[in-house]
Amino acid sequence: MKVLVPVKRVVDFNVKVRVKSDQSGVDIANVKMSMNPFDEIAVEEATRLKEAGKVTEIIAVSCGILQSQETLRTAMAIGADRAVLVETDVELQPLAVAKLLKAVADKEQPQLIILGKQAIDDDANQTGQMLAALLDWPQATYASKVEIDGDKVKVTREVDGGLEVVSLTLPAIVTTDLRLNEPRYVTLPNIMKAKKKTLENFKPADLGVDVTPRLKTLKVVEPAKRSAGIIVPDVKTLVEKLRNEAKVI
Amino acid sequence: MTALVIAEHDNASLKGSTLHTITAAAQCGGEVHVLVAGHQADAAVQAAAKIAGVSKVLVADGAQFADGLAENVAAQVLALAANYSHILAPATAYGKNILPRVAAKLDVAQISEITKVVSADTFERPFYAGNAIATVQSADAVKVITVRGTAFDSAAEGGSATVENVTAVADSGKSSFVSRELATSARPELTAAKIVVSGGRGLGSEESFKILEPLADKLGAAMGASRAAVDAGYVPNDWQVGQTGKIVAPELYIAVGISGAIQHLAGMKDSKTIVAINKDPEAPIFAVADYGIVGDLFEIVPQLVTELG
Repeated sequence: MKVLVPVKRVVDFNVKVRVKSDQSGVDIANVKMSMNPFDEIAVEEATRLKEAGKVTEIIAVSCGILQSQETLRTAMAIGADRAVLVETDVELQPLAVAKLLKAVADKEQPQLIILGKQAIDDDANQTGQMLAALLDWPQATYASKVEIDGDKVKVTREVDGGLEVVSLTLPAIVTTDLRLNEPRYVTLPNIMKAKKKTLENFKPADLGVDVTPRLKTLKVVEPAKRSAGIIVPDVKTLVEKLRNEAKVI
Repeated sequence: MTALVIAEHDNASLKGSTLHTITAAAQCGGEVHVLVAGHQADAAVQAAAKIAGVSKVLVADGAQFADGLAENVAAQVLALAANYSHILAPATAYGKNILPRVAAKLDVAQISEITKVVSADTFERPFYAGNAIATVQSADAVKVITVRGTAFDSAAEGGSATVENVTAVADSGKSSFVSRELATSARPELTAAKIVVSGGRGLGSEESFKILEPLADKLGAAMGASRAAVDAGYVPNDWQVGQTGKIVAPELYIAVGISGAIQHLAGMKDSKTIVAINKDPEAPIFAVADYGIVGDLFEIVPQLVTELG
């Protein structure tokens, strides 16, 4: 079985971004970029399924600027066999990405597509579900366990209040949650090997997809700042403040 | 202009998230209709009809909707979509699972987790873990939106909507529900609680996490946790507060042994009053806390319980 794993290059999760003073967006010049953490979990899961003999080939896909190649190399160092970059300088919104991924899926005919549940930059949490809709495939979002059994995949999902198990007929879409696995560290030999793996490059026009953004960002501002608090010396003072000053208890 | 709200419910009752979503829908202007897709969900339907501001409740009944499978609920929404200018769902695991399917099929962008309705086509939403707020405008014919509950008041009772049955779409046949394992708790629901007591890695173990229970009980609070505490196995996953967990905005948030990583702050920094208990005076949590105590939580928490009497 072939598995497709879309990955996104995002600002590293430890970086606290700053809003540009002209309110046009977030300043990401000279900021450390990494693979979206949920996508790392997706690549790791695909690799584990391959190691378990359930999967024969893993294709990593990324959509975005040329530098996304680095993210694809990382995916191949974790375990992807080859990679596809859909290169564009246009700001890509989830619907556009879902359409590009559909075009790639139509070419590659995977049985399973594993995505991260959300990217930590736009926090949209849409692409996997949109791709499932465009392909007319079933979906299991927020996966914390994935078991392939014949032509079905059984997925444990993290939902509000607990866990839920669904069974999907393949081909299907799975999006990863944090608890699905612990991604491995890439080793130097694997990084070297990843450089020799195939990386194809397409443009959205090659795939016949219009990626024009649908939502217009009018402005981006910093969230309201909280006024500075105080350090209280003891528990007695704290309770007194909560009762009489904040009036929350 | 009419807005359709997809009700989140468990067939027996409406989830609180639905009430917040109805408030946001009303702010978009025009009438508000609510879709209850479920199985023998009469109680949920009756509850929806009583909400002020709702003019019509649409009921799609069938076993294929009993467990809220995204494939079937999204198909039902699509069957009705032609009549609506806005389609909204709560930004919960339920709503986030279903709505992008609807948007993609309608070939429109989805606007995720809005915190403010500026006008019928313009909305505010946080991104980058809440470190930036974008104002976005949609030119699409239908606005498909998920709503962050903590940013909108709960719609009140006092309405009398008409109830209308709609033709249920067929089961997709591609997915099936197997089982559900819900944590049972006598405490209030995390996202709806007025007070939240949250623990982090500083608690050290599943055993010592229990030190927070008397405090939560005394305050009638829900219990939450940082990702570190969840990953360490001290508490269940669904207690996680943060960018990728629950977003809460209670009156009082007490962070115990939580350092305050960006991802955690994204889930709680809209709380009215924040209290931090941490032994590290440099912990980032103190930068957002209204009241902080520097010290050993294993001494402070029991003292706090005693002091609250």
